[in-house]
Amino acid sequence: MKLLRELLFPLIAVAAAFLVGGVLVALVGDSPLRTYELLIGSALTWPDGIGYTLFYATPLIFTGLAVAVAFRCGLLNIGAEGQLYIAAFVTAWVGITCAGWSAWLLVPLCFLAATLSGALWGAIPGVLKARFGAHEVITTIMLNFVAVALASYFTQYHYKPPGDPILETVPIGEGAHIARLGRFIPGFPERIPLNLAFPLALVVSLLVYLFLWRTRWGYEIRATGASPAAAEYGGISTGRQIVLAMAVSGGLAGMVGINEVMGYRYRYYDSFSAGYGFTGIAVALLGRNHPVGVILSSLLFGALLRGGLFVDIFTENVSKDLVQVLQAIIILFVAAEALFRGPLRGPFARWAKRV
Amino acid sequence: MSENPILALLFSAIRLATPLLLAALGGLFSERSGVINIGLEGLMLAGAFTAAVTTHYSGNPWVGLLAAILAGIGVALIHAVACIRYRADQVVSGTAINILFLGVPALLSGAMFASTGATPQVPKEQLLPYAPIILAFALVPATWWVLNRTPFGLRLRAVGENPEAADTAGVNVARIRYAGVLLSGALAAIGGAYLSIGQSSLFTRNMTAGRGFIALAALIFGKWRPVQTMLACLLFGVAEALSIQMQGVSQIPVQFIQIIPYVLTIVVLAGFIGHSRAPRALGLPYQKKR
Repeated sequence: MKLLRELLFPLIAVAAAFLVGGVLVALVGDSPLRTYELLIGSALTWPDGIGYTLFYATPLIFTGLAVAVAFRCGLLNIGAEGQLYIAAFVTAWVGITCAGWSAWLLVPLCFLAATLSGALWGAIPGVLKARFGAHEVITTIMLNFVAVALASYFTQYHYKPPGDPILETVPIGEGAHIARLGRFIPGFPERIPLNLAFPLALVVSLLVYLFLWRTRWGYEIRATGASPAAAEYGGISTGRQIVLAMAVSGGLAGMVGINEVMGYRYRYYDSFSAGYGFTGIAVALLGRNHPVGVILSSLLFGALLRGGLFVDIFTENVSKDLVQVLQAIIILFVAAEALFRGPLRGPFARWAKRV
Repeated sequence: MSENPILALLFSAIRLATPLLLAALGGLFSERSGVINIGLEGLMLAGAFTAAVTTHYSGNPWVGLLAAILAGIGVALIHAVACIRYRADQVVSGTAINILFLGVPALLSGAMFASTGATPQVPKEQLLPYAPIILAFALVPATWWVLNRTPFGLRLRAVGENPEAADTAGVNVARIRYAGVLLSGALAAIGGAYLSIGQSSLFTRNMTAGRGFIALAALIFGKWRPVQTMLACLLFGVAEALSIQMQGVSQIPVQFIQIIPYVLTIVVLAGFIGHSRAPRALGLPYQKKR
């Protein structure tokens, strides 16, 4: 019963967003039903639809968890985008620098590089807030631009293969590759880039749950988020929790580098992220900042990203940008939840009470 | 234009600062009323797109500008209703506006012109003249005057600093905040329109390229005050002008010049150079007590 109620508002938000999106689709002159059929249907075919949906969901799980952990501490981390860029670049850098190493050493080392570099970059706004009172929303936005510029600078001036017209680094060593799931699943081709980072994301979701609800640190982070004054009064150093939460958040966002660099492109590719850090905000909000919710909403957004490509090709007027529009409307509806408690209250509230 | 390189740089800086200044002054009205507006980027994109499309169809940039202003107000209304009426998290709502206007222009131009990347080119004689530059800089003293010398300005500041007190004194908090947010939509949209039918001659995907965020940075760097904000915009305009001029000429990587506004903002926010204090009620929804 409680679970159903937790699911209710997110579901209403998604339904409302699809409704508004449908009106837009009709306005540009296509059939909403056919568009949505394409959008969802093409995400559910085997093996390509499901494979790519899960592949797109993987970075979103990481960034969704990142935003959720910060949220639980009362912080809005808009910097996941920058954190994942720094981490992906550092992962590639380690994979290039130690290219000759054996996988037994290099894979853990690259995992560590992704997580720690993301954590360090994430900790900066944490320190700026805890120590100097600088608002994390602004500092994370600014650091996003700095991160993208730094990664692009190092790629362009130091790690680009000579003569390559594309802004990307030289490839990482084979020892830093992680396997694609096609190697383990019969009938699932290895050309689909879904890789070990996906099961890793599920394990990490469980770890985040345990961290937040079963450890002292997690408790103190949540206490800080619930009421900083009360937490301080109860003997918790809120400044330390802010730095810790931002570091954990950044580390989680950084794990996107594992999926991107070690499992997919085997190099750092400039501006690779399709706004994963920002979609992470939608994922966390829709998932109510809970790891299970994050996984579920990542699957939804992953499916939309996959389906968007087909909408692009097979409809007359609608482009894959519909996905971004849907995402924005979902965020708006989830954020303005009071909308469903206010004017649209009657029918929903009565129904919500019954379940 | 002058042959003097310093003058040329200065002129180019003023041109580049104009859209920043318009958006930043817009942000000022919203934020001084207590509503965070990180949706400036999206509002600028809405203005830029609407201006380019309307000018393409009407052949008149002033009609385009007017349409952009209306579009900006309309989009800002979404933010205002979400934040003021439904007490949504202002940062989250602003983020949604930004994401929305990465998608909407592409969706619409894809349907209208069969190209999600750009709108058709507007002929040169139909572009906006220097008016937006003059408007932007004339708005600086005007904003100062409105803010500090009119009843509306007093109320705006009161609502942003202490809404309870303002409410007790009979000020309609919600109405003043609506005015602040809608003004921000109008001004940011003019800034966007200047990008698409002033500096450029068409709308391209994500053409603001972070200018909404730089405007936000300038607003914070300028401590939420009109004159300081203008100086910050000019500084960032110089940085952008330099980075354009130095492309391919100088040894300094362009990335290092591009990050100047962002690094400066962080430095200022952390209080290393002076302290930038936000309006006290910034980001807090207000609910009237009964």
